[in-house]
Amino acid sequence: MSIEVNGTSYATDENGYLLNLGEWTEDVAKKLAEVEEIDMTEEHWNLVNFLRGYYEEYQIAPAVKILTKAIANEKGMDKKDASEFLYKLFPKGPALQACKVAGLPKPTGCV
Amino acid sequence: MEGAKDAASEGVDHNKDGGANGNDKFLNPTPMLDELEKGPWPSFISGFKELAERTEKPMLRGVMDQLEYSYNTKMGYWKGGLVTVDGYGAGVITRYSMIKDKIPEAAEFHTMRIQPAPGLHYNTAMMRELCDIWEKYGSGIIALHGQTGDIMLQGIEEKNVQQCFDELNKAGWDLGGAGAGMRTAVSCIGPGRCENACYDNLKVHMKVLKNFIGALHRPEWNYKIKLKFSGCPNDCTNAIMRSDLAVVGTWKDSIQIEEHEVKAWVEERGMDALVNQVINLCPTRAISLINGEMVIESRDCVRCMHCLNAMPKALSPGKERGISLLMGGKNTLKVGVNMGSLIVPYMKMESDEDIDAFIELVEEIIDWWDDNGLDHERIGETIERVGLKLFLEGIGHKADINMVTRPRDNPYFKAKY
Repeated sequence: MSIEVNGTSYATDENGYLLNLGEWTEDVAKKLAEVEEIDMTEEHWNLVNFLRGYYEEYQIAPAVKILTKAIANEKGMDKKDASEFLYKLFPKGPALQACKVAGLPKPTGCV
Repeated sequence: MEGAKDAASEGVDHNKDGGANGNDKFLNPTPMLDELEKGPWPSFISGFKELAERTEKPMLRGVMDQLEYSYNTKMGYWKGGLVTVDGYGAGVITRYSMIKDKIPEAAEFHTMRIQPAPGLHYNTAMMRELCDIWEKYGSGIIALHGQTGDIMLQGIEEKNVQQCFDELNKAGWDLGGAGAGMRTAVSCIGPGRCENACYDNLKVHMKVLKNFIGALHRPEWNYKIKLKFSGCPNDCTNAIMRSDLAVVGTWKDSIQIEEHEVKAWVEERGMDALVNQVINLCPTRAISLINGEMVIESRDCVRCMHCLNAMPKALSPGKERGISLLMGGKNTLKVGVNMGSLIVPYMKMESDEDIDAFIELVEEIIDWWDDNGLDHERIGETIERVGLKLFLEGIGHKADINMVTRPRDNPYFKAKY
């Protein structure tokens, strides 16, 4: 499978996750978000950039626990509010949608 | 995975058209699975076949074919994945076939976990509605109830999940827990139908669940954590063995004795029965006969429930009732199987304030675990790793001499009544 952005084709896996992390651009992210029916706001971009930064450093997507803690710290929220905030941005969950838009591989394991 | 590849390339004769296999049956022949119907017990295969022939759902035929194939190759062919509904991070357990090229009808067979009502009290209208919705969107297979305590709706394709959930939700149902978060809670029938219940576990279940519903739908802790609510130390939910937080009803004072019912019991069954089946079987020898009267030394009683179960009319739990909280019950993981250890020997559980205090304690416990536990570590394992002392200090709880005794010292003790 693949997606088309500005005339270039990008390979994805069967679930629509970008196969080559290096090919990610903001335009690709916009297209991926469009498929997921997500309107990208600044908050969305912040999260996507956090995920990409984390992945670059650790070569693995962060656990949801780490993600919510980071948001809670940054926004001065408690963890419960941070979790709700996260799911408001990406209704199908950070693992399914945020990672996809950020161009990260599909998280494995049973969630 | 190697086996899956072999299987996919091998190519067996797979019949996709119902009725084309010579005997007008919707299902394909499954000689291996048929063996399972020959034993003395009811077989899930019979139910499966009946449902498949009645509904003619291709998914059911596909699953039967895949299972038959599995029995032949001695390999499993299901793999997991991620499917959720809007706003939820858990509740749908995915099963994708690894051999969907060979058996396309079994390509997807996901499970939706649905939360049960406390004490499993339903009305038939709700059950009928649940069945109707489920047969419309899914396979029609329901496990009442799975090991998790949920109603397991087994067999749905990803594309139907959201719509099915929306309809179930409108009818009053909600998804259960999965993943590294709060799990679906379980309670016994409680005061609704049982005279031994020492607290309203149904109400507590509901209140606690509502408090943790966010953590249940959006898992983000170290690992799973389970609450079970048993009304008395008979522990009908197996809370001590199967939950991280076992809330077991108990009492502080003495077992209540109805003298005339004791006499009636003895008249009916004889003094031998009282001595041999009740007094001699008390594991802590707390019961004695004094001048022909039954006397229970409360100090020695470990709430094993044997005498209460043997003489339900004559004996009942004490008047000063509440709960014990045991923690750490779980199956094998990093360390072996654990039973819960007594953390809070006694806590009142009558007023709303009592319940709120309990919820606060549980939140305190989970916060501590969230901060100090490792990834994929159940709370019992965390406590075992750092030691009980650090845990108690962490949650601001004082050690209590009563923590060394347990509501029921031997869960395997089962006498003939």
